[in-house]
Amino acid sequence: MRISGARMVVEALHKEGVNVVFGYPGGAIMNVYDELYKQDYFQHILTRHEQASIHAADGYARATGNVGVAIVTSGPGFTNAITGLATAYMDSIPMVVISGQVPTFLIGTDAFQEIDAVGISRPCTKHNYLVNTIEELPYILKEAFYIASSGRPGPVHIDIPKDITAEIGEFIYPETIVVDTYKPTDKGNIRQVKKAIDAISNAKKPLLYIGGGVISANASDDVREFAKITQIPIVETLMARGSIENNNPLLLGMVGMHGTYAANMAMSEADIIISLGARFDDRVTGKLSEFAKHAEIIHVDIDPTSIGKLVNVDYPIVGNLNKIILEMIEIAKEKINPSRYESWRQILKRYDEIHPLRFEDSDDVIKPQWVIKRVGELLGEKAVISTDVGQHQMWTAQFYPFSFPRQFVTSGGLGTMGFGFPAAMGVKRGKSDLVSINFSGDGSILMNIQELMTAVESRLPVINIVLNNGYLGMVRQWQTFFYDKRYSHTDLTMQPDFVMLAKSFGGVGYRVYTKEEFDRALEDAISKNCVAIIDVVVDRLENVLPMVPSGGTLYNMMLEYKD
Amino acid sequence: MTEIKINKVISVIVKNEHSVLSRISGLFAGRGYNIQSLTVAPIPETNLSRFTIKTSGDKRVIEQIIKQLNKLIPVLKVIQHDGIIEKEMAIVKIPIEESLADIDALCRAYNGKIVNVSEDSIVTMVADEPERVENFLKAIKKYHPKEIVKGGSVAIEQ
Repeated sequence: MRISGARMVVEALHKEGVNVVFGYPGGAIMNVYDELYKQDYFQHILTRHEQASIHAADGYARATGNVGVAIVTSGPGFTNAITGLATAYMDSIPMVVISGQVPTFLIGTDAFQEIDAVGISRPCTKHNYLVNTIEELPYILKEAFYIASSGRPGPVHIDIPKDITAEIGEFIYPETIVVDTYKPTDKGNIRQVKKAIDAISNAKKPLLYIGGGVISANASDDVREFAKITQIPIVETLMARGSIENNNPLLLGMVGMHGTYAANMAMSEADIIISLGARFDDRVTGKLSEFAKHAEIIHVDIDPTSIGKLVNVDYPIVGNLNKIILEMIEIAKEKINPSRYESWRQILKRYDEIHPLRFEDSDDVIKPQWVIKRVGELLGEKAVISTDVGQHQMWTAQFYPFSFPRQFVTSGGLGTMGFGFPAAMGVKRGKSDLVSINFSGDGSILMNIQELMTAVESRLPVINIVLNNGYLGMVRQWQTFFYDKRYSHTDLTMQPDFVMLAKSFGGVGYRVYTKEEFDRALEDAISKNCVAIIDVVVDRLENVLPMVPSGGTLYNMMLEYKD
Repeated sequence: MTEIKINKVISVIVKNEHSVLSRISGLFAGRGYNIQSLTVAPIPETNLSRFTIKTSGDKRVIEQIIKQLNKLIPVLKVIQHDGIIEKEMAIVKIPIEESLADIDALCRAYNGKIVNVSEDSIVTMVADEPERVENFLKAIKKYHPKEIVKGGSVAIEQ
């Protein structure tokens, strides 16, 4: 079949089973947009900013497990996409992002809207390509999807010059692909797995420490099974929230800076830590030299660079968790006696009873944590929850009763404000039968507010719940704790009328001061089935607690703050 | 944690494709790894290139460098055997006023030679183990070198 490079892009996306792409047109990508106009294989959703295109594709990928796809133009179109790529890269999200480039004969001449796109995307993608000839285009498209979705997933960027999208060439799309320099390890070393299970069976205080890898490997059910058989307590990272159902008695909650007391004490006192798809991030470990001092470490990860990067590992196991966990289950059935850990479970239960996750509710003002809990009570497993970044993100991670993997969509590694709303649009597009909630703050929501237009136009009824405290809350909290209350540029009391703002785009808005008003607003927003902002006026000075101050130790948490 | 700094020569075999050099140099720059020297050349009759990178760091850093290099998509192989034969090269320009015979003798002592003599200068070269090249460069100072050009290391397994 002889077709244009632009048509090849469309045909390849179709062959990859793509249902939706998010994007924004411009000069250098117009040939592709012309072919998008002529096809009816899949939907294109026009965002109102390229950053939002990428976040939306990212949210779609996180909610469905499929590769997210976005298309942008050259120059500023592409530089706007970078924050989205970096966000997806840090959280290992499979995506393919296609950008237009100036024609090959103009590359290097500082042409209009020219930028060295692959030069910029290199450190924030798993891999990238500048297409040099029409002949290599089909192969690159195939390889991009393969690389994005295999091994440790990640975003892949393809930069296509405009003359190549115009050129006619022979289109033969490869059915399968072998990249001889890229062979992710799939099966774990079975001897190492046996040794690891032996070590667990001899331990007294084992702990499962699970991360986002459990979700990307679709291994949640099997990890739950492993925990059930062995009765080993579990802590989750931010990225793993949802992989274990919240009412599982073995789950101690989130670990790390704003983790639960029980989870952090478990890390500190465990004698063996079984890390599954987690990467010992600084927000998890606190001060490294004091981290898990009494524990041997089993580290299962698909990416060898994650192993031994920050902590010494006694049992490294490289491979795909969804295969390794099955072997672990088989061996554990024979070797592990769950009653051995009974006293350990009792100790941890005690910790949970002494210092459970809590907040002081009030009748005078809405507490932000109450809002999260309330949405959990009302919607529970009927919603997918996205967040922006800051205090509201941590409260969501702490207080929402997650019950299934991919229910929680948040920018964990990069911490991108402005991520939540466009990501929640992608979630809605991927999971249309569930309610798509975005918890945001009065800071974050303004960082991609133009997406109200996309949500209205493309009928993506995201419900944005803004926990409005008139502050850039998390930074304000650090200023309170560590900067002697010098509130440098964190007071956000100057803000728009969110109700009118939502309405002006054709959405619905609510301003909420009481619990009753909140319940009514949420119910109304769901019934209206259109994009909404629920602007909840919350306690201005509420802090996220408990907290391990930056550089502090997990066993020495700040449990309360007294002025 | 081992804090002892070690020097390491790493050979990286890569697919010879667009921007592979910046992928590797970008990895070192972005993650704060040190490059002491870097030599790149295509491997004859293949579509591959060989990078020889001289670097240093503690054990954890060296391990990370090797793993991170392996993680790059166009990297075929990373070689870091200790039994490695390593050579460096240097070219030195010396004023014509200096004694040709003395310089020749010195060069020979270091497996080197005089490669050119013009109206106003003598050009010598040596290729040897890095420490020996270092010693040669110290010794040659006596003859007031005008210019010294050093190449990076190249290395091969024994």
